[in-house]
Amino acid sequence: MEYGLKPLGREKFWLWALLTPTLIGLLFGALGSVVATILLSFAKWDLLTPPAWAGLVNYASLFTDPKIILSLTNTLVFAALYVPGVVIVSLLVAVLMNRKLRGVSIFRTIYFLPAVTSAVATALVWNMIYGRDTGILNFILTQIGLQPVCWLCTENAMYSVVIVNIWGAIGEGMIIFLAGLTAIPREYYEAAEMDGANGFQQFFRITVPLITPSIFFQTLISMINAFQAFDYIYMLTRRGQGDSSIPVVVFSIYRNGWNFFNYGGASAQAILLTVVVAVFMAISFWLERRYVVYE
Amino acid sequence: MTKQNQKLILDIISYTLLVLGGILMVGPFLWMVSTSFKLPGDQFTKTLIPPTFTLNNFRELFSVDLNFVLLFWNSAYISILTTVGQLLTCAMAAFCFAVVKFKGRDLLFTLLLLTLLIPPQVTLIPNFIIFKYLHLIGTSLPLWLPAFWGGAFGTFLLRQYFLTIPRDLVDAARVDGASLIQIFWKIYLPLAKPALAALSIFTFQGAWNDLLHPLVYMPSVPNTMLTVGLAFFQTQMTHGGKFTVLMSGALISILPLLVVFFFAQKQFIEGISLSGVKR
Repeated sequence: MEYGLKPLGREKFWLWALLTPTLIGLLFGALGSVVATILLSFAKWDLLTPPAWAGLVNYASLFTDPKIILSLTNTLVFAALYVPGVVIVSLLVAVLMNRKLRGVSIFRTIYFLPAVTSAVATALVWNMIYGRDTGILNFILTQIGLQPVCWLCTENAMYSVVIVNIWGAIGEGMIIFLAGLTAIPREYYEAAEMDGANGFQQFFRITVPLITPSIFFQTLISMINAFQAFDYIYMLTRRGQGDSSIPVVVFSIYRNGWNFFNYGGASAQAILLTVVVAVFMAISFWLERRYVVYE
Repeated sequence: MTKQNQKLILDIISYTLLVLGGILMVGPFLWMVSTSFKLPGDQFTKTLIPPTFTLNNFRELFSVDLNFVLLFWNSAYISILTTVGQLLTCAMAAFCFAVVKFKGRDLLFTLLLLTLLIPPQVTLIPNFIIFKYLHLIGTSLPLWLPAFWGGAFGTFLLRQYFLTIPRDLVDAARVDGASLIQIFWKIYLPLAKPALAALSIFTFQGAWNDLLHPLVYMPSVPNTMLTVGLAFFQTQMTHGGKFTVLMSGALISILPLLVVFFFAQKQFIEGISLSGVKR
């Protein structure tokens, strides 16, 4: 880009003054942290005794410690349920809202509410809703003659937590998709209608192909959020001893570091998380080049 | 079937789906409000209208031994400082990247964007260790200080907006002898209000709702943020059977953001389309 204001004389100083905070952040906050975490991942350190070189021990345990393997599997299962869930539900909501119905702005406000409020506060109420003996959900189930479900027991917790996470993410996804949908020219639909295409055909032949950029973008964002999911898992699945019934990687990093003072192991897990996210991002961008159509 | 009939049927289906979905979206909030006005003895009644209406939960919440006011105050000033820090330092850098010509600009900007790929968990451990050695764990400094060294997301968002401001303004100001800083302060900042508003909302919301960072840096009640405090109350009150007080706490904790949302809904929603990303 050729365009730019040339700093004159003493303004060179001011330019770098304006950039100083960002440079500090880049150097220490980002670059320094990554290097430090990599170094820490080769160490054994509880912050109470001096650090000791641990070699590849922390990395070996990534593949042998059943707890760490479980946390990785949980994260992958979570992502596999959450990402398609968010994309499909928020696309559906956006399509309904894009029909220009009367009073649609009220619905938009309502659907956006969970995206505004903190996961901690809403998790408190979900915890009540999911209550085994006292919750409203099981009350409704028994009223219509079904068996109550133990929503937050180990066997169901994953699904219950994914549902709440999707609930919290619909608002943002809906906005992303609405932005994509409003950009589609109305003439396309009018032409399709003249040719006798029904609603489903219009959706799959016009809407979906034309919003592949939004679908790709929303998938990417949801994936990043899925790998970093923590709040609802901490709030809904924590048990008496401080562990979780469905520990995911971030939960496990927190627990390893700040409950067990194993900062070396936690660092190795953080590196693992970074690599896993990077691999999935690379796959997404590869798929993007093949399937996403930009006009 | 005539075209109008078809449209009517589609409208009815759409409304039905939107209403059913809307109940699921707003239901938990209604339940929160309802429970916070119920008597502790009624906490598990399955009616939305409290059988007996009471304000006692709020009284208990604000009683001295829960230190709820301290939690609220901590969340407020930490979130405000974080927002100020991000606005200031991101705008400074974004102006340089968008307007000024200097050596290494594109390289520096690319490096900055690359940091978006680093998960926050990676920076958390070394930062924690540094702050621990500085004896700052338990204070709010580790939570808001990093906001004053810029950030890739905010800088990117503001830069994109700065790029849309017409260059003629800068040239005209230059002819009138305006300095770099004057152009930044008197032209770019006032014209970028919509982007600055969107970034403030994102940053404030992110700081106010954060759980992981306060859990690490201010881990113990009472001197911590609302999120950690509520998580602590959860373990306390669930066993004590005081869901009503817990719900009143949850309600108060989401109130500030709800108020901002109702007044600045446009900024909230446009911000997402503007940036595409959050945080």
